Amino acid sequence: MKIVVCVKQVPDSAARVVVEHGEVTWGDAPLVINPWDEYAVEGALRLVDEQGGEVIALSMGNEQAKEALKHALAMGCKEAILVSDPQLQGVDSLGTARVLAAAVQKIGGVDLVVFGRQAIDGDAGVTAAMTARLLGFPALTLAAGVRGVSSDRIVVERAIEEGRQVVEGALPAVLSFTKDIGEPRYPSFMGIRKASRAEIPIWSLDELGLPAPQPHTSWPAVLNPPAREITTEMITGATPQEIAEKLVDKILAEKVL
Amino acid sequence: MSNKVWVYIDLFHSEPLITSWEVLGAGLSLADSLGGGVTAVVFGKDVAEVSRQAFGYGANQVFLADDPALDDYRPEPYTSLLARLAKEHQPEVFLFPTTTRGRELAAMCAVDLDTGVLPDVTELEVKDGLVQATRPIYGGKLLSKVVCHSKPQIITCRVRAFPRPAFDPQAGGEPVNVQPELTSESQKTRVVEYIGTSGGVSLSDAGVIVSGGRGLSNNPNLEPPAEITDEKEREIWKAQQGFKLLGELAEVLGGAVGASRAAVDAGYIPYQHQVGQTGKVVSPDLYVAVGISGAIQHLAGMRTSKIIVAINKDPDAPIFKLARFGVVGDAYEIVPALVEAFRKKLGK
Ligand SMILES: Cc1cc2nc3c(=O)[nH]c(=O)nc-3n(C[C@H](O)[C@H](O)[C@H](O)COP(=O)(O)OP(=O)(O)OC[C@H]3O[C@@H](n4cnc5c(N)ncnc54)[C@H](O)[C@@H]3O)c2cc1C
Ligand SMILES: Nc1ncnc2c1ncn2[C@@H]1O[C@H](COP(=O)(O)O)[C@@H](O)[C@H]1O
Repeated sequence: MKIVVCVKQVPDSAARVVVEHGEVTWGDAPLVINPWDEYAVEGALRLVDEQGGEVIALSMGNEQAKEALKHALAMGCKEAILVSDPQLQGVDSLGTARVLAAAVQKIGGVDLVVFGRQAIDGDAGVTAAMTARLLGFPALTLAAGVRGVSSDRIVVERAIEEGRQVVEGALPAVLSFTKDIGEPRYPSFMGIRKASRAEIPIWSLDELGLPAPQPHTSWPAVLNPPAREITTEMITGATPQEIAEKLVDKILAEKVL
Repeated sequence: MSNKVWVYIDLFHSEPLITSWEVLGAGLSLADSLGGGVTAVVFGKDVAEVSRQAFGYGANQVFLADDPALDDYRPEPYTSLLARLAKEHQPEVFLFPTTTRGRELAAMCAVDLDTGVLPDVTELEVKDGLVQATRPIYGGKLLSKVVCHSKPQIITCRVRAFPRPAFDPQAGGEPVNVQPELTSESQKTRVVEYIGTSGGVSLSDAGVIVSGGRGLSNNPNLEPPAEITDEKEREIWKAQQGFKLLGELAEVLGGAVGASRAAVDAGYIPYQHQVGQTGKVVSPDLYVAVGISGAIQHLAGMRTSKIIVAINKDPDAPIFKLARFGVVGDAYEIVPALVEAFRKKLGK
């Protein structure tokens, strides 16, 4: 199988992200591969471990995003490609999906395009479905696991609010994986060495035959959330029963039940 | 004539999700500013009753595609049908609930209609004739104002972020019936089966959530059955007794059970229960965190809960900073007493 896995570089999940002078900053917190995309890489690698084939990691971003791709290479991806172009500044989700879809087409002969659940910076969770629609591939999003693959079909268990939905789709297809797929493997020593030496090609919009994106959406302001006025009241008492009674009275007085 | 504001009613097995009505309510507020009423869009099989409910919750028009071929939700045929209707009637705003299906459909319709999506918003207002929405980003660490400059402005609304409108049993109307006209693309995917798709309060729409963390494995007084010899298994067994207690508390309160990632990773409880950045984002009226330290990634999933109660042995646990009420104590002493006290006071 030829699998493309889309990975984004984001600020570490533990970073203190704030708005200063209208700009989003995360101090000196590191940029890392989007944690959901590590599951996507893991899911893709497991498929080729079983089925044979190769995984190509694809990212759109600036030069620094090569680090996220190197992480994917160190985990076991065969190749990595970065799409980078100054004209991509301010691109929205649909623009991103157009770029990823065009890159998948340029790579050619792809059986599966794999995504993470969502990027933890923008928390949008729409790129996989958009890319599927653009490519005309079936969208099998939020796959908790793969039941089986044949030469022209794949069966996945989707995690939906109500439980699991087992869906069969024609290949080539777009998949996004949830955490249920299993813990992402650690990069091996050999993998890290290989990744550090890898030459990662950079594709421009021109090379993809795409015009500069015209975003449909804009974000006029980003704000720090209003500080919540929380006065924490500690409940104490001589016995657990006394504490519990007091706490229950306090909660009932809030009239949320 | 159709309305400027449309709302997609998300269903599962022909039953509308409650959050669909919340979104209908959000649509009604927008229609107050934009003019006109709200059009509800209902797809499924045997869903005439849902159309009646949509009128009851305030829609003044319903597009209804009631067809056996629409029984199982599949994104491709649903998107084609939605996009066809939207092209024909040109709504200005199209709202979806942020459910698995709603988010996916919104994304795919945006492609067909060449417009943008504002996903998972928590507030809506109208500014200069356009909707300006607010959405949490970076796991709720920041809020972003967002605008979509193309029509329709496709927006998905976060579960429980908008109040459900009052239901008027007198309200009624005739739906506009829509033929699905499915093409071969609906063959691209096929639903094979459903597993475990029943019952219980789902985390995302629970009004009360009682969550447990790694702390639940810490009870020196519990003795696992002798046949469990593996150290790890013994720890899991202990924590599961703790989660049983949380289950009792959740039951008394009509709520759901959540968990920290540490609890999930240690195998105490399945992943569906995980709250946080890499779990579910929830916003209940009452969130009780038991034996959870309050790591930033956990807070990302529950910080907008109305009232947070923390029960933790460690007075310095960061979770207390976010809590309205805190108890420094042992989960195994406090939780059973709480179950008793609630039972008494709620008359159960
Ligand atoms: C990329 C990434 C994503 C993540 N995503 C998530 C996520 O989605 N959700 C999430 O929760 N975490 C997430 N985490 C993990 C997070 O950083 C923490 O490790 C995790 O939340 C800790 O879980 P905990 O509070 O249960 O455990 P701990 O931090 O170990 O806390 C246990 C607490 O229990 C208390 N305790 C012990 N015994 C008792 C007792 N008998 N009674 C009462 N209290 C007791 C202790 O005082 C302590 O405060 C993520 C981490 C990363 C790196
Ligand atoms: N710039 C990007 N480069 C590569 N993949 C991306 C990019 N942005 C989003 N993705 C993929 O799309 C998924 C969903 O992202 P989002 O819709 O932004 O939440 C991510 O988990 C990635 O797999």
